[in-house]
Amino acid sequence: MIAALLAERCTGCNACVEQCPTRVFEPGEAGCLPVIATPDACQTCYLCELACPVDALWVNPDAQDGSAPPLAELIASGQLGRVKRDHGWNAPLDAGRLDAYRLLGPLLGEGVEIADRHYHHLTAAR
Amino acid sequence: MSASPLALRADVLVVGGGMAAAWAALAAAEAGASVIVVDKGAMGTSGVTATGGPGHWFVPPEGREAAITRQIARTEELAQADWMARVLDLTWRYLPTIAPWYPFGSDGRGGRYVQGVRGPEYMRALRRMCAVAGIAVLDHHPALELLAGPDGAIVGARGLALASGEDWEIRAGATVLATGGCAFRSGLIGSHTQTGDGLLMAAEAGAALSGMEFSISYSLSPAWASTRTLPFTAARFFREDGTELAISSLKAGHAHYQALGAAMLQGPVLADLSAAPAGLPAVLRQIQPLTVAAFERRGIDLFRQRFPVRLFGEGTIRGTGGIAVVDADCGTGVAGLYAAGDAATRELVAGAISGGGAVNSAWALASGRIAGAAAARQRGGAPAGPVKALGGQGLRASGRPGLADPRPLQRAIETEMHGYDRALWRHAASLGQSASVLHGVWDEIAAHAPPPDPRGRMEWRATAAMAATARWCTAAAAARRETRGIAVRSDRQAPDPALAHRLLVGGLDKVWTKPATPAARRLEPAL
Repeated sequence: MIAALLAERCTGCNACVEQCPTRVFEPGEAGCLPVIATPDACQTCYLCELACPVDALWVNPDAQDGSAPPLAELIASGQLGRVKRDHGWNAPLDAGRLDAYRLLGPLLGEGVEIADRHYHHLTAAR
Repeated sequence: MSASPLALRADVLVVGGGMAAAWAALAAAEAGASVIVVDKGAMGTSGVTATGGPGHWFVPPEGREAAITRQIARTEELAQADWMARVLDLTWRYLPTIAPWYPFGSDGRGGRYVQGVRGPEYMRALRRMCAVAGIAVLDHHPALELLAGPDGAIVGARGLALASGEDWEIRAGATVLATGGCAFRSGLIGSHTQTGDGLLMAAEAGAALSGMEFSISYSLSPAWASTRTLPFTAARFFREDGTELAISSLKAGHAHYQALGAAMLQGPVLADLSAAPAGLPAVLRQIQPLTVAAFERRGIDLFRQRFPVRLFGEGTIRGTGGIAVVDADCGTGVAGLYAAGDAATRELVAGAISGGGAVNSAWALASGRIAGAAAARQRGGAPAGPVKALGGQGLRASGRPGLADPRPLQRAIETEMHGYDRALWRHAASLGQSASVLHGVWDEIAAHAPPPDPRGRMEWRATAAMAATARWCTAAAAARRETRGIAVRSDRQAPDPALAHRLLVGGLDKVWTKPATPAARRLEPAL
């Protein structure tokens, strides 16, 4: 669940307000920063972190938990802006991150075969 | 309704903001229509595509005959080869057209890898294409009800703007419903806005639903949040005390989920991915960073440490049912109204099985293009004059005010639809009990006035849509007295040759079912 909107970083651009698929954020009163208005509607999709140009948002990975550690701890975790960097979100051609996409399907298929062999081994042993 | 609602006109109105909506809007605009898109969320982040990594059924012309033959063999007699050919053709031709706005990766042979796309970038690309095409996209503008002209044809919709709280009315010559499927607020990532709104609006206009019994589907995720990606295929499963559970693999289909559901009903289940392919961790980080974040932020190495898992209901999203498609234009049988994507039935290409993943994405693209182009062809401009607002349940202030808390009702609906004990072992008695509970929910909605605030109005109406959708799913499952595809019945475990046809379902206060004849055998040339 969305857990932190860091006033230390937020510029009030309202990209999160505009792009959240469930409109969790609302603009602040004149001159103020946006607010997390309806956290119950958050679906823990992290897409607001992609939208934020200054890495001022942090989503708690627990869909039911809207609490956040202190700022220093968040910064030390390396997780502010992490999903954006992993995506290559604003880099040309996503910084080549998608070049491995073709490998994903076969790896997942291989996983199914591994699980299938293991299941038959397990049931035969029992 | 406020005194002077925002009033707009267009040739084509598209309701929804995911990939089917975007492709419908693009096709309509390319055909010369003026287009407005209204979305409950925001096009770009809305829906289950944006949070996923949709593979597409993407087959070169020389491979199609074999691909269709394989798919026909899997779909248990309810799909159509001619529709498959059409969907494959449109997907092959149009998916590559996003290239100027989407960073396709390498295919490892000097070309592009096209069929799999990452959700956020894909939806960002489609939004940019809509902007270039001059399409007006109104985010956070949920549609609440359709409008009909004097002859019964659909002439637009009404809804509200979440930012201002104001009502809007849009008149259009044709309307495309691309509102997605319904996961009954299971917590499935990307599905919060997927509450069956388009299905209810279509039914109120007189359309039927089809394939609603094919609505039992789940995805495995860590217990604390849905990730909806599939890095868990190699998982072994354990109890907290270290005892290993014998769970058949994904190859077993429904039995895999039955085994997991049975184990989870007994107590917590942990997944162990230590046997996953060695190349997976690095690729997962590159391709599905959001899944990695769900673990990393809890300090869990998902490939070395065991973690609790549960099943998140997919409802009609990875299921197959939706608004019945009655002609080659993705028409609904109601003049001026078309359906596309997960809001429409996907039986034409997925039959009785899940269209999950590749086939559903290809369907969303192709049906979007078909519906959008047909809506543009039909346009006679936005009609003026008197209209009838068709919305009923959950919309009008007819009941007791002040008591409308949708959350307990939503939980009751989700339990009937996705509770492991009910959904994984459906039988006549359990379906009868669910029908009774859901009818009670429907009556409860009718007994209260919607809350007055904009979000409260939207939620109350969404609750009505979920209740309607759940009732159709339950009635269709009861009527299909056999096991076919993902419509599994524990009291009738074999297919019945006499039931090798689609089932239509509909109705509001009173739900009905009836057999369908195959739709649209004579297709127009692909667009």
